[in-house]
Amino acid sequence: MKLRFVLNGESVEIEVRPDRRVVDLLREDFGLTGTKECCGSGECGGCTILVDGDCRLSCLMLAAQLHGREVVTIEGLSRNDRLHAVQEAFMEHGAVQCGFCTPGMVLAAVSLLARQPRPSREQIREGLSGNICRCTGYVKIVDAVEAAALKLANGDRR
Amino acid sequence: MTNVLIPESMEELRRILETHPGARVYAGGTDLLVKMRSGLEAVPPCLVCLERIAELDAVSEHGEVVRIGACVTHTRLLADPVATEHLPVLVRAVEVLGSRLIRNMGTIGGNVCTASPAGDTLPPLYVLDAELELRGGTGSRIVALKDFIKGPGQTVLGENEILAAVRIRKPRMFNLFHYEKVGQRKGLCCSAVSLAAMLRVSSGGVVEDAALAWGSVGPTVVRSREIERMLIGKELTAERMREAAAEVGKIVSPISDVRADAAYRRAVAGNLLLRLAARDGSSP
Repeated sequence: MKLRFVLNGESVEIEVRPDRRVVDLLREDFGLTGTKECCGSGECGGCTILVDGDCRLSCLMLAAQLHGREVVTIEGLSRNDRLHAVQEAFMEHGAVQCGFCTPGMVLAAVSLLARQPRPSREQIREGLSGNICRCTGYVKIVDAVEAAALKLANGDRR
Repeated sequence: MTNVLIPESMEELRRILETHPGARVYAGGTDLLVKMRSGLEAVPPCLVCLERIAELDAVSEHGEVVRIGACVTHTRLLADPVATEHLPVLVRAVEVLGSRLIRNMGTIGGNVCTASPAGDTLPPLYVLDAELELRGGTGSRIVALKDFIKGPGQTVLGENEILAAVRIRKPRMFNLFHYEKVGQRKGLCCSAVSLAAMLRVSSGGVVEDAALAWGSVGPTVVRSREIERMLIGKELTAERMREAAAEVGKIVSPISDVRADAAYRRAVAGNLLLRLAARDGSSP
């Protein structure tokens, strides 16, 4: 099928099998390997992307479902070589270790902060539930999201 | 290759199902796509995704009835003022369903049609006496949820028939709503045992009406009129609940699996009643 959607701010058109998983489409056809696949069954959040602004599991979506939608992957978050406030906060707080969960974790945090600009630590934990990390133990991740919320409230972009 | 079709109206869906024998419908994909990938479900020649049919995607009020479109996601349900006002027992279950990511994709219709004994929305829908609106090529029919689910993964859904909506009469006569699930962790947890309860408790603390349903303790959700009757007319105390808990162990028929063994499930199914005596009805 001819698939048209907006990917990281740009309209794209691609001839694709409709049953191709979105995670494979992004990684293999578009070379956007920031989106990770770990469990392939919706339990780890490594494949998180934003679809029309909300976080989704790209391992459980089929290419055809993207038609007409707006997709943001980790590669689409930075603007003009400047990282998103959430990405910066993750670096500053040591919320990145092996990096496998990081793209999904960052995108889940971005979508959380878009709907809840000043979440409590409990709300951050709830908002990131479904994104699993085996390295950091989550404390630094929650610290980073808290700091990013503050940055954004103080007028950092987005 | 499996074709994937995404109809935007019920009429288009009807045509697709008529012309594509063997097509499977799905909404959120959080169950079916996982099962297909792991080989538990056969890969059909055609998949039909229901997510863009507006009629299946709305919560609406019709007098005393709340109608939830089958494709309403769990996240949408949590944000819906009608659901949060009138269906607190269901909302509490949805709050602890899966994870944020699963709630963003999974739908109430999917949870019902998957018909897992551990489906989080099922015990609340049983105590709410939910009815299901099924649509087929030749018309529609209403089936009570308790008659819809026949066993794990088994429903009375016919060929070319889909679940269009869940209908629930607003529970007017209850004042205590409770849902709790016990599992190995909080997030992304398949319950080992769950309990949904609606009670009407008088100002003097006497149970005037009760609706109770347990998940994960039998092939389908277990609703027990016997236990409900045991509580009615009694004071809502921990001691009474302990007496009832002993009876619960006799009516459930749990299995042992990776999540818990049968004896544990039987004990917990009863013990979950004790939380009702805490009176505020809130889950920990």
